Amino acid sequence: MTINTSRRGFLKGAAAAGAVLLVGARPDGALAVASSETTQFNPFVKIDADGTVTAIVKHFEKGQGPATGLPTLIAEEIGLRMDQIEYEFAPSNPQVYNNLLFGPFQGTGGSTAMANSWMQYRQAGAAAREMLIAAAAQNWGVDAAGITIEEGIVKAGNQSAPIADFVAAASQLDAPAEPRLKDPSEFRLIGNESVRRKDSAIKGNGQAMYAMDVHLANQMVTMIKRPESKGGIANGFDDSASKEIKGYISAAVLPNQAGVAVYAENTWAAIQARDALEVDWDMSGAETRHSDQIKAEIMAALDAEPAYNVNKAEVAAVAAAIDEADKVIEKTFYFPLLAHAPMEPLNCTIEQTAEGDIVLHDGAQMPTGPHMAYQQIFQLPPEKIHIKTMLAGGSFGRRATPDADYQVEAALAFVVTDRSRPVKLVWTREDDIRSGYYRPAFGHKVRVGLDADGNIVGWQHQVAGQSVIKGTPFESVLVHDGIDHSSIEGIADSPYAIPGMALGLTDTPKATTVLWWRSVGHTHTAYTMETMMDLVAEAAGRDPVEFRLAHLSDSSNADQIRKAAVLKLAAEKAGWGNAPAGRAQGIAVHKSFGSYAAEVVEVSGDPEDGIKIEKVTCAIDCGIAVNPDVVRAQMEGGVGYGIGHVMRDQITLTDGTVDQFNFPDYEPLRIGDIAAIDVHIVPSAEAPTGVGEPGTPPSAPALANAINALSGTHVAELPMAENGISFV
Amino acid sequence: MALTLKLNGETHTVDAEPGTPLLWVIRDELKLTGTKFGCGVASCGACTVHLNGEPVRSCQTYIEDVEDAEITTIEAVGADKIGSAVQQAWVELDVVQCGYCQSGQVMSAVGLLSENPKPSTEEIDDYMHGNACRCATYQRIRAGIQRASEILEA
Repeated sequence: MTINTSRRGFLKGAAAAGAVLLVGARPDGALAVASSETTQFNPFVKIDADGTVTAIVKHFEKGQGPATGLPTLIAEEIGLRMDQIEYEFAPSNPQVYNNLLFGPFQGTGGSTAMANSWMQYRQAGAAAREMLIAAAAQNWGVDAAGITIEEGIVKAGNQSAPIADFVAAASQLDAPAEPRLKDPSEFRLIGNESVRRKDSAIKGNGQAMYAMDVHLANQMVTMIKRPESKGGIANGFDDSASKEIKGYISAAVLPNQAGVAVYAENTWAAIQARDALEVDWDMSGAETRHSDQIKAEIMAALDAEPAYNVNKAEVAAVAAAIDEADKVIEKTFYFPLLAHAPMEPLNCTIEQTAEGDIVLHDGAQMPTGPHMAYQQIFQLPPEKIHIKTMLAGGSFGRRATPDADYQVEAALAFVVTDRSRPVKLVWTREDDIRSGYYRPAFGHKVRVGLDADGNIVGWQHQVAGQSVIKGTPFESVLVHDGIDHSSIEGIADSPYAIPGMALGLTDTPKATTVLWWRSVGHTHTAYTMETMMDLVAEAAGRDPVEFRLAHLSDSSNADQIRKAAVLKLAAEKAGWGNAPAGRAQGIAVHKSFGSYAAEVVEVSGDPEDGIKIEKVTCAIDCGIAVNPDVVRAQMEGGVGYGIGHVMRDQITLTDGTVDQFNFPDYEPLRIGDIAAIDVHIVPSAEAPTGVGEPGTPPSAPALANAINALSGTHVAELPMAENGISFV
Repeated sequence: MALTLKLNGETHTVDAEPGTPLLWVIRDELKLTGTKFGCGVASCGACTVHLNGEPVRSCQTYIEDVEDAEITTIEAVGADKIGSAVQQAWVELDVVQCGYCQSGQVMSAVGLLSENPKPSTEEIDDYMHGNACRCATYQRIRAGIQRASEILEA
């Protein structure tokens, strides 16, 4: 190896100039370059004069892997090892760091982090590579076509030098309009089993910094005393008992009267002082309903004419065909409210700088939400508001609220102070379980008719529940013709060829605030579709896998081909039909967020003495698996999240007040609940699609189908533990 | 009141009232943030620390009861060979997702391997039952403990 003789001088010059190579995008999407760090230019990749490469990650890291995946795309295109790239979370800038699938809005959700970044981050990396190579070509006087970058070393013939040597020169070049992306045959990192997570070590040794770990100098901890039922109004308070607590500072009614902020020197003092606070509540406008009423409203809606004929079906003809069918299978399903309960309770910290800027420290899932809300609350232009994204201890949808609920709460608690001390808002687990946003309750009523040969002649499907999207700022974008697609996704767009489908939807009133919850509508639509498929197959006397494949047989339909392929792979890997004695299997397959997942659950035992979940086998087609092990981890987690909740969790209300308090009565999945999970990835050349959510939808119906196969008990109302199934 | 704590091999004097959970002294007074707050009722295990080598839930351990004990947190457990093996296994297998519970998982795993160097699957499930992981990384936790056991045996 020959080291370029000008290296020493080159480095010196670069360091003197302080030049860095920044590759980002203009608001119109075109690639752009800058040579010095300013707050005006927000890049995707930054290369320092010493050759340190940093990926600026526009998605937050809640465990689903973008802090590994996005740097992988850049490292791949530049030609680096994974230990040669670092990452930072992007600041809030909806023009540059927007989710390309969300419009001018920066945020993580809908399993889109990789799907929307795939081309953008590769292009930024490829542009950096081409510019470094162009600078080397100039310096060495050789043709750029003969230069490569591998493991951070620029090479041409017998010349080689680290990329650091060309940072300064490259930063003076124009960005290539269309850099050449590597062909998949050239990939060394994308799809590589040996690429490990970049956040493993710090999360195993206590160094990882979450928003909960922020300790700003002189900060106060605030907790909010909230009404027992949604809609209560704080009129005033008596803090004489709180004053007895060492570390208590003060309390203040929030400007919107939604609660009382208690300020203390530390978290324990805040907990105690809030407990001791007496609040004068006006509960005249508060929610008073009981869970049974919510359920009754949903059940009544299922029996009435639906508000929306979703697929514009000839409903009377479908109903008549079912009435005249040889066999009719009819089931009514109920799905309760569910809390997200991420492991890190909600929190964020807010401070005002000497210049009057506002800084929010947050595990920010949708930075644009609080950024916009803060412009109003603080009457500041966007550039005076800064969001520092920290690691997040889970979310499952909870940190992505359309109204930026907890960040606004923190801002309201801050504006009523003199702003001289930072305010850290902390929720307890009880706040999270009782004051939260919930997966809406939903009901489904399905009638399916079969002819004498076991063919479906009609599938009448009524859905009723609380719309997640209506009443939020997203309504104008995501609700069409009155239909909230998230209420019927997974049915309306199911790849199955089902003759005589009639899909109706009715919105029911909201007794709590409802929110997307890992996989959104698919949490209830997959359960209904996939347990119905089993019941219908059983009535037709056909094998569940064969019966599904018969409805996925169009060889010109890519959706059906991919869905059928994961179904077959899961069945094959699970040894479908060959369960050991005393065990039974259930299968389910579902498309969500652009990906296809099939799962086989194997169970033993019986519903009375306890069902044991012996094994889950999963097959996933998510396009190119950028990091196969992260994909497997997301399937393992998605399965656990889906199964854990249907086993035993629900949120119920008595007189408008949530009955549950904490993990003892909202019991998480535990280590012994699922004995093994085995994940298989379908090789693919398609662009990457979601992995955060698609593992969840098939897990619960596969479990239900397995229990039915074992015991003849079909569970149509959840959670299972409240409906005749015990687990060991 | 002033209390003396022996934590991670050092002696600290802290100002805390009796009845204060050890968790909040570790996090808010000593600013060691690796020990996490998850539930406050000893139901999730995110706050697990070692008291004389035994895992305890620091959210339900009161400051006046630990004055004479040796307290170890996640920040120091890697100095021990079992702690180091568990952390190595966690990285090898990429056990973590969000990671918020993992300090507690590691502390409990070290507790298990300290008393049982080669636990069976059932023994792992029994011992680790109280450590919740909302990301459901459980099967990697199980594999991580088995891998750490192998590392220690080698």
